[in-house]
Amino acid sequence: MTVALDRSYDIATRKRIDLFPYFLLVPALLITMVIVAWPLVETVRLSFTDASLKPEENFVGLANYEKMFSRRFPEVIGRTFYWMALSVSFKMLVGLLGAVLLNAAVPGRALFRVLVMPPWIVPIAVGVFIWGWMYNGQFGMISGLMQRMHMIGTPLEFLAYRDTAFMATIITDVWIGTPMVTVYLLAAMQGISKEMQEAAWVDGAGRFYRFRRITLPLIMPAMATMALLSAIWTFNSFDIIWILTEGGPRGSTTTMIIDTYKTAISRFKYGEGAARAVMIVCFLSAFTGFYFFLLSRLAKRGEA
Amino acid sequence: MIDKYRWWEVVAIYAGIAVFLTFILAPFVEAFVVSMRPLDALFSIPYRFITEEMSFRAYVTMWENVPLLGLYIFNSFLIASSVTVFALLAIIPAAYAFARFKFKGSNTLLAAFLAVNMVSGAVLIIPLFKVMHQLGLLNTYFAMIAPGTAFVIPTGIWLLRSYLLKIPKELEEAAWADGASRMYTLRRVIIPVAMPGIIVVAIATFIVAYAQQFIYALTFNSKNELNPLPVGLFQFFGRQEVVWNELMAASLVGIVPVLVIYIFLQRYIVAGLTAGAVKE
Repeated sequence: MTVALDRSYDIATRKRIDLFPYFLLVPALLITMVIVAWPLVETVRLSFTDASLKPEENFVGLANYEKMFSRRFPEVIGRTFYWMALSVSFKMLVGLLGAVLLNAAVPGRALFRVLVMPPWIVPIAVGVFIWGWMYNGQFGMISGLMQRMHMIGTPLEFLAYRDTAFMATIITDVWIGTPMVTVYLLAAMQGISKEMQEAAWVDGAGRFYRFRRITLPLIMPAMATMALLSAIWTFNSFDIIWILTEGGPRGSTTTMIIDTYKTAISRFKYGEGAARAVMIVCFLSAFTGFYFFLLSRLAKRGEA
Repeated sequence: MIDKYRWWEVVAIYAGIAVFLTFILAPFVEAFVVSMRPLDALFSIPYRFITEEMSFRAYVTMWENVPLLGLYIFNSFLIASSVTVFALLAIIPAAYAFARFKFKGSNTLLAAFLAVNMVSGAVLIIPLFKVMHQLGLLNTYFAMIAPGTAFVIPTGIWLLRSYLLKIPKELEEAAWADGASRMYTLRRVIIPVAMPGIIVVAIATFIVAYAQQFIYALTFNSKNELNPLPVGLFQFFGRQEVVWNELMAASLVGIVPVLVIYIFLQRYIVAGLTAGAVKE
């Protein structure tokens, strides 16, 4: 019964190009063009101009880039990668641990699995408000508990110091990103065939040995995929830092996204902001290229 | 059996889960406790988890002190629902095209859509801000709906495409044999059959749209009556004297709708959200 379909394809391909599928794509393409593709091109163009609130724009060549790199921008790039590396490492570690625990066949695990998701599904800003309270030095829970446990002597205002603010934004980012990693790795673990585990078990392999030699290698593709996606999402992360510190204190949590936003939207220097955005796009393109490379490699090996 | 644990292993697993879930859920518990405390007890030193005079008073007074709270929540719903509807109008035909038709450039186009997932609105905010400024679209609902829509479409297409691939082709062939047009087949045959998949996509899209409206509203809107919940509450967050118990109460009220949706439909939502992390 595939005659009708095949014939319609044949007629279409032989006589003229079938426009129907393209017609179906029009709405999606239109929105993507207007909101994503055109702004992307426009960002590149703006990065070579001195665009700001004034009506005329002048072409300034690479001046924005020269200015950007002669200031503290290299430092911002370094900080962004450091922030991202720490955050993604913690997310993967905590997420893997969570997935292993929730994969254990103990009563109540269905409920536990439900309880993991809330940080990811509630509005990001609202979750961050709560963390903002918890980081409060005088009255917040974390400082309070640490004083109780005599880890610190006096109240610690986490968001007021460079190092603690840096760590605070990372912890909040890990909190928001962990559920996704956990659920994704859990799904990967449940995809492993039971026979393999049982065969090893019959041969007397212990739980940790089986984890190291069977589970871990088999979920490696999923871990690599998730780590890369996490890296991309973390790189794009704006809400968390903006709400907690707006990039402060003294620039210690200013990542590339925050720097771009401050330059372009807070100070209306569209041209200089656009140059920063172009740098972000360059890095994101590299990640994306690597992501597609990874997907195709995994598809070839039939593991993804 | 293989899944049998010794008693100390069970204890260790539960202890591990307890620590893990404490990290995940402690903020919500803390937010709830804070919302129950009177303000002066909140600012008592040293820190205490439970204080006297716990009450739901903040849940009453917040409506007076945050006069537009109801409106913020309404706006959040309006924006997220509009994003969902517009996104579905684009997702359904596009997913159908990718699932059923072989056409030139289909793989490239699908990859291009996936690549959209890799940038965020924050990166493209400058031209968007400029063009909305020039077209006079700042401070409208449209400015907050349109950008959000573009960024939920790729995941939606991917998710619905894999659902449509599972629908047997014979259904369409029967419709075509009866002389139905292809548009009619999509409307009257495919969409009804794919309804469960479409609902999953709709719910996942709504949740994402509800969670990620902060930056667009912060940047494109300065009219307080149009603000969604996150930005509406952010104004209070920035003040010198933050009324924390009411802020927490308002935050919790704002997340109750998504939590309720999640609890009832969590299986579909988890499927829908993790589909964003693609595997072929």
